[in-house]
Amino acid sequence: MRSSSSVLTAAAGAGKTNVREQVECNGDPMTSDECARRTGGPNLERTLRLAALPVTLLLSGCAGVQSAMSPFGVEAAATARLTWVMVAGAVLISVAVAALVVRAVRAPEGSLSHSGGMSLILWAGAIGPTIILFGLLITALPMMRQLPVAPNDLTIAVGGEQFWWRVQYRPTGAPPVEDANLVRVPVGRTVRILLTSPDVIHSFWVPGLAGKVDMIPGRTNTLVVRATKAGTYRGQCTEFCGLAHAKMAFDVVAMEPRAFDAWLVQARTPTRLSSPAQAGALTPPLHPGPGLRRGTEGAAPSGQALYTSYGCAGCHAIRGAGGRIGPDLTLLPQRRSLAAATLPLNPATLAAFIRNPQSVKAGVLMPRFAEMSDAEARAIAAYLLEPK
Amino acid sequence: MTAPDQNDPAVRKGQEDRLRATWAPPMGLFLRWTDTNNNRVGNWYTATAFGFMLFAGLLALLIRAQLAVPDNDLVSASTFNQLFTLHGSMMMFLFAVPMFEAVSILILPQLLGARDLPFPRLSAFGYWSFLIGGVFVSGSIFFDAAPDGGWFMYPPLTTDPALSGLGADIWMLGLSFIEVSSIAAAVELIVGVLKCRPPGMRLNLMPLYAWYILVVAVMILFAFPPLIAGDILFEMERLLDWPFFDATRGGDPLLWQHLFWIFGHPEVYIVFLPSIAIFAMVVPTFARRHVVGYPWIVLAAVGTGFLSFGLWVHHMFATGLPNISLGFFSAASEAVAIPTAVQIFVFIATIWAGRVVWSTPMLYAAGSLAIFVIGGLTGVMVAVAPFDWQAHDTYFIVAHLHYVLIGGTVMPLFGGLYYYWPLVTGKKLSDRMGRTAFWMMFVGMNVTFLPMHWTGLMGMPRRVQTYQSSLGVDGLNLLSTVGAFLFAAGVAVLVADLFRSPWRPLARRNPWDAGTLEWTQKADSEDWGIRSVPLIESRYPIWDQPNFVRNIDEGRYFLPDAEEGRRESIITTVLDARPLQVIRLGGPSIKPMLAAVTLGGVFILTTYHLYWSALVSGVLALGVILWWLWTGTGEIPEKPEKPIGHGITVPLYASGPTAPGWWAMFITMTGDATAFASLIFGYFFFWTIHADFPPPPTPGLAGPGVFWPMMALGLILAGWALTILARETNARGGVGIARIALALGAAASIGGGLAALAGPWFSGLDPVLHVYPAIVWVLVIWVAAHAALSAIMQLYTLARSLFGRMDPVHDADVRNITVYQHFFALSAVITFPLIAFFPGVA
Repeated sequence: MRSSSSVLTAAAGAGKTNVREQVECNGDPMTSDECARRTGGPNLERTLRLAALPVTLLLSGCAGVQSAMSPFGVEAAATARLTWVMVAGAVLISVAVAALVVRAVRAPEGSLSHSGGMSLILWAGAIGPTIILFGLLITALPMMRQLPVAPNDLTIAVGGEQFWWRVQYRPTGAPPVEDANLVRVPVGRTVRILLTSPDVIHSFWVPGLAGKVDMIPGRTNTLVVRATKAGTYRGQCTEFCGLAHAKMAFDVVAMEPRAFDAWLVQARTPTRLSSPAQAGALTPPLHPGPGLRRGTEGAAPSGQALYTSYGCAGCHAIRGAGGRIGPDLTLLPQRRSLAAATLPLNPATLAAFIRNPQSVKAGVLMPRFAEMSDAEARAIAAYLLEPK
Repeated sequence: MTAPDQNDPAVRKGQEDRLRATWAPPMGLFLRWTDTNNNRVGNWYTATAFGFMLFAGLLALLIRAQLAVPDNDLVSASTFNQLFTLHGSMMMFLFAVPMFEAVSILILPQLLGARDLPFPRLSAFGYWSFLIGGVFVSGSIFFDAAPDGGWFMYPPLTTDPALSGLGADIWMLGLSFIEVSSIAAAVELIVGVLKCRPPGMRLNLMPLYAWYILVVAVMILFAFPPLIAGDILFEMERLLDWPFFDATRGGDPLLWQHLFWIFGHPEVYIVFLPSIAIFAMVVPTFARRHVVGYPWIVLAAVGTGFLSFGLWVHHMFATGLPNISLGFFSAASEAVAIPTAVQIFVFIATIWAGRVVWSTPMLYAAGSLAIFVIGGLTGVMVAVAPFDWQAHDTYFIVAHLHYVLIGGTVMPLFGGLYYYWPLVTGKKLSDRMGRTAFWMMFVGMNVTFLPMHWTGLMGMPRRVQTYQSSLGVDGLNLLSTVGAFLFAAGVAVLVADLFRSPWRPLARRNPWDAGTLEWTQKADSEDWGIRSVPLIESRYPIWDQPNFVRNIDEGRYFLPDAEEGRRESIITTVLDARPLQVIRLGGPSIKPMLAAVTLGGVFILTTYHLYWSALVSGVLALGVILWWLWTGTGEIPEKPEKPIGHGITVPLYASGPTAPGWWAMFITMTGDATAFASLIFGYFFFWTIHADFPPPPTPGLAGPGVFWPMMALGLILAGWALTILARETNARGGVGIARIALALGAAASIGGGLAALAGPWFSGLDPVLHVYPAIVWVLVIWVAAHAALSAIMQLYTLARSLFGRMDPVHDADVRNITVYQHFFALSAVITFPLIAFFPGVA
């Protein structure tokens, strides 16, 4: 396992390398970044501190990446505190009621008079709970208020779609940046997240950051969050949304504000001139001809040419060029995982996914490319993993 | 007429022979299934619901097997979605609610000292509907066609034809059919509790179980209709593309959520209160004393029923509601814990004050209470909105709801099984096996669900076919799976115990030495139920009334005979149970079964889009039901009254508010009006939520005008007035005028229905374009369908009069249809001004 400092490095300079060291994490082969992300780095210690609860003993060392009890946001932290208070209260009340029942069973006949019984019901059954519940309500009411948000605070629009997440950063005074399946938030700043869905109801849940809010067709819901601790985390769809509901997750990276600002600028800036927009791939052929696909005799076609000839741009956009049906692929090299945070991202998994998405994520809407060779898929994958 | 001498054994023998002959069940391979006696129908009903529970439990084991390890592929995502959808739907619609109704049909007459419920054939109809609908819905899993949208069926996932298949229709139509049968049973039980109590059993002497039945049945009456209204909108969208839940055409997916949870939350209490009711019978028996705080527990039950209708929104805390809603529903959700706590402390106080005799039913009661308290406390936690935002739709909720439902429904029911088995079969179950089963289930339950609280907070959502190791919940899930199988093994022990029961010896009468009326029944009881209907002076008459059992056995109370060879029971007043009437009950008949088959055909054939066959089936159903009513209800007796003993003579015929039939109509129409109110709620919901409702009046969206709606209103009110005129003139002997009024009334009803449809038809409202025309169409179709029913009723009553089955004295038919007319007129008074003038006002 990697140290926490490397997690921060990974968070800040995400995806600089594509081939990562393979390690074992919980029995799963995966990249070391992946494992570090799963452990949640510094969260590991926090999780272990919770070992006071016997049940925690059952947990593996790899935990906390998607836990409401390992918060990294102000709302989640407040809720976690409230949770502990309520759990303690619930345990106390359960024990008290159990003790009372034992005493009641053992008491000899007539040890409680009729009027005594009536007072027991009145005080323990009616008045006691009323006072406790009133106290709880008073405590919880202020927590229902949204965090205050200023007009200049960063807005991130997240669309839930079967079965992935469309993410758009809308900084004030700068053009938006489009990404998918990865949400970056600056630590210590208030962020407004606008939640929508074009198809069915989804729910946006990053347990470590804040509670969930549904994404409902025809409505825009707002979630205001403030991260408190840098790190890499995970969120997941919590409203049953169809076949691949279990595999609709996303990565969350909380970054130091300056690193975030730098990333936003970098994400907006094309890294090379030969991006598809400049290469004239704005209008991909509807039916890629065999000539194009085979390329010039003898020389293997480039990944970019294959990307064009297979019509990938019909659904996916790179640097603004292409369709908007599927996830934007511009920042794919910087992502932390594949297929909505359900697979590790590397050339092999990406190539396998491109050829037959259904085989790794049943229900995904991307079609299968039966005639695509493994080499072609690898070439496209390599192209996609190059910085754009 | 002199009273028979009950001291003479020969007289008693003669009475018993006549009772036995009268109540003899039909024999023969097929005919035995035409029985309508509550003992037999109740047994079938209970066994069927129990079977569905076992089946749904097996589905749960498959779910747990799939989730035992991460990234498992034992079952595909598609199968998994069917498994959890069917598990939840079956447990709710095919087990929890029907089981309550089944058990109540089985034991309510004994609790009330009645020979049977007031409408035995309605019980039989309910049972056959339940069986047909249940097999249809649950069998779909064998054809890979089971519903797969979750038991809550949220659109648009479930309304989009591209995303959902036949399963969604099977869910909607199959379960709608069962909801209809549930409402039928609720009507039966409400009338049973209100009108079939033994003389002297005033409301405040009712056994607590009867109080709970009353509360729960009333809750069903108000909770199921919103779901049925939702089902109608839902199927309109699926079959006809009317966009009620489609946001792109003015609809809103949240309307379904509101309608579903207005049903769904009371539903939780509908399945939980009957178990408290079983405790309320078990605890005093084994504490050997009256329950402490009878008024408290009754008020708490009623209060829970009321409150449960005010907290549905806590299932929607994550949908982005305004703060004021959050605060209100959070407070209401917490408040419902108070009456629940009162009920629990009533039991604790009773145990404390009494002398506890430990027994297997008591063990189940104590164990379930412990489980339920934990479920209740986590319930308070999720009522707190900020916590719910984390816990909602995670395994925390799975844990919470199973603590509530296993502690509050399943385990108490098993306890009730051990308690009431001797009452139903005459034999006791094995204490040793009962205790073994209890401990296996108790431990298994906790091992399964206690870790799930943590699983959920660690980030595992519900309804996921698989999960990643990265969540750190592998060990917790494995543990839950182990626990689930242990729980299932406990259920298996219990089932084995049930199957061994026929080889056990008969138990003695009243084996638990209980004090309530039902335990007067002998172990080898007869189909007639109670030997004579007692006069009740205490809540625990066996304990308190001297010679109580002997007097019953020797026929010294009321109605000890069946002189005319007719199945009879006593009808009493609602508040203080004074005898009003001897009701002649329906005997064995094939008609309820035929009605269930043909009505089931309507729902099932519609599922497969076989509309013409469905229509034929519907016409047949209508025919069977009319035949059933014609031959089985409102019969004019051979003599006006009969003595029931002790110098009391009561009529054999009653009409108006004295008669159970009038009450049944009134109660049914209350449910019907609730469904109508839900549609009206939909109209205003769209208006409050969307700025473009009603949309600008462009072609297809403008209508329905003022003329036709007002015409419809006028005609329907005329039909209503003519029916009242018919009732009044008939009672005064003006049979001819009454007949003309009924004929004109039917014409007015038909005209009103057609005029209702003419409004949107002539203004060209296109229901596919936008939700506004769609909701207007649904409202007028609702009224038009009721107009058609109204005309059928008026013509039926006319025919009854013409064929001498109704006269100025025996006028139940016209009085009953007048009740219908009141509700129908009310719906017209609301609908037509709304659709005619509201677009202008808005």
